[in-house]
Amino acid sequence: MSTKPVVAPSTVSTISRRGFFMKLGILFNGFAAMVVAVPVVGFLLSSVTRGRASGYLSWVPLGAVNDFPEGETRLATFRNPYVMPTDGKTVDTACWVRRIGGDQFQVFAINCAHLGCPVRWFQQSGLFMCPCHGGAYYRDGSRASGPPERGLFEYPYKVENGLVTIQAGELPTPGAAIASLTGEKPPCAS
Amino acid sequence: MRILIGKIGEWFDHRLQLAAPIREAAEHPVPRNTASWFYVFGSAALTVFLLQLVTGILLALIYVPSAGEAWSSLQALNHQVALGWFIRAMHGWGSNFMVAIVLIHMVQVFLFGAHKFPRELTWVIGVFLLLMTLGMAFSGQVLRFDQDAYWGLGIGASIASRVPIIGPFVVKLMLGGPIIAGATLSRFFALHVFVIPGMLIAFVGLHLLMVLKLGINEWPMPGRVVKRATYEREYHALTKEDGAPFVPYAIWKDLFFAAFIILAIAACAFYFGPFGPTGQPDPTIIQTAPKPDYFFLWLYALLSLLPPSMETPFLLIGPVVAILALILLPFLSGEGEKSWKRRPIAVLTVMLIAITLGTFTRLAQFAPWSPQMNAWSGDPVPDRFVHGTTALERQGALVFQVKQCRNCHSLGETGGKRGPSLDSVAVRLTQDQLIRQVIQGGGNMPAYGKNLSPAETTALVAFLETLHPAGQAPARDASRDVALGGSSQKSPGTQQ
Repeated sequence: MSTKPVVAPSTVSTISRRGFFMKLGILFNGFAAMVVAVPVVGFLLSSVTRGRASGYLSWVPLGAVNDFPEGETRLATFRNPYVMPTDGKTVDTACWVRRIGGDQFQVFAINCAHLGCPVRWFQQSGLFMCPCHGGAYYRDGSRASGPPERGLFEYPYKVENGLVTIQAGELPTPGAAIASLTGEKPPCAS
Repeated sequence: MRILIGKIGEWFDHRLQLAAPIREAAEHPVPRNTASWFYVFGSAALTVFLLQLVTGILLALIYVPSAGEAWSSLQALNHQVALGWFIRAMHGWGSNFMVAIVLIHMVQVFLFGAHKFPRELTWVIGVFLLLMTLGMAFSGQVLRFDQDAYWGLGIGASIASRVPIIGPFVVKLMLGGPIIAGATLSRFFALHVFVIPGMLIAFVGLHLLMVLKLGINEWPMPGRVVKRATYEREYHALTKEDGAPFVPYAIWKDLFFAAFIILAIAACAFYFGPFGPTGQPDPTIIQTAPKPDYFFLWLYALLSLLPPSMETPFLLIGPVVAILALILLPFLSGEGEKSWKRRPIAVLTVMLIAITLGTFTRLAQFAPWSPQMNAWSGDPVPDRFVHGTTALERQGALVFQVKQCRNCHSLGETGGKRGPSLDSVAVRLTQDQLIRQVIQGGGNMPAYGKNLSPAETTALVAFLETLHPAGQAPARDASRDVALGGSSQKSPGTQQ
């Protein structure tokens, strides 16, 4: 107990000039590391931060309304709105378009709600089937059987000037924005 | 000449001063009984790793890590560049061999009790080396940028997105953007070529250093128990009394096995050729059934067979538990018996894991849970099933064919295995049960009520009711006759 006040000043006094400069040098490097770390971390997280700020989603056209016969489900393709020069064909995406009638549509993601494999539409049995783990969905996208816990993901769509347009731009996964949209009424049908 | 070489050697060593430590490391004494063929897998893993480094660098001379050009650069390697196919095949087979040898090495180390005191950290670093090896295997599959790689990434993203709260961010971080595209391939290239190999080299160095410092695990003897207080003294006594220099006493077996493995990889590469690439990574081509590479097939099977509600917890908690268990193992059983002869639970655990993984891998080669996507158009209902049937039943056979029932059900050995075979369905289900099953579905079967008209359902069920072995009567509801007023009342399908 009594030694405490003795020890404290003695440790302060042992800092030599060189020792001080070494500590200052380490501090200076720490500062430099922080200055560099800001752009490095910013660069590493750019794919996440961009999605949070302006968002990757935008409206892309799928084709004229009359390209899709009433009561049928057709494969359509669109180009992802966010493209980089090295993307090649990966930015071309497929989706299933079901025209219920008139301007009433359902646009399903190609990706199975289970683990994202491409589902295929079988007109005759009225089912979407997944080749990977055996998921199956009814014509309205609702879950029929297999491992998926939910129905197919649906893109929000609108019909404008005779064109079917969907809001797309993100890989449909169970955690993506599209996953929470399903179940809503089609946003517009004018 | 010899004098000149000696002088040059001396000149270098005067400056490098490496000869003495290298000689010391090479000639360090090891227990004589470790000069065994069971002790060659660690050095074999290192050999394959070095082979992967060399073939990997060679592939990088041609390969282009761009989503637009990777696939065609692989085609060029296969078909245009002289022996490009062989280097690709060596790298691909090397990868398979490396995962296999690392696993065998791990099992050997575990069964010989080499993870116990004082080699706990060697084991823990070994666990990280295993994870990095698997990381290399997966990222390598992505660099083979074809349909399987594209959809495999989608599966990876779907799994990552299930992580609570941060899932969507993890996906974008993993893909380098909102979708699988150029940035995705680039970052997997950086991982596969710079980040993971760099870490592997550092960790392999540490792993080897510790083997040198702590000494190779002695051959376990039943009854010779590891105690923290005495083990190191006993080990040093052992190497002093019954030790021999590692070079050349033990190393010749490592050398032979290393050469054998390299030749085995070259033989597989030469005979079986390179892996893929399969179709182009074009997401608009959806006629594909992606499958993972060999070492992830068990996971593919597991994801098909787990009950849906258990899947997410399993995917997110399972790996954490497994990795934690492996890391904690040497701390929980750091002392005691080393010999597998006195560790029945250890032996049973290894066997259980091996059998489980083997069974799932085997199942994944059949993939009985996947619908046969072209069974309905490829194979007509065999003649014998429509021979001597009524017009209604034949109409039913047509409905059966057209409605693609055989995507999931087999008839006469052809068709999917998702649902049960229908060769003798009439023995199992009565007419009413058949109608209900078709219209409402149930179990794993979708409901077809909306896709079949009443006439089609009647015809289909009439056909299904003919599906029973010749000498066996179809199932019928005993109360039906009474309910319908007399035993003379029979439904058309149950007539013999």
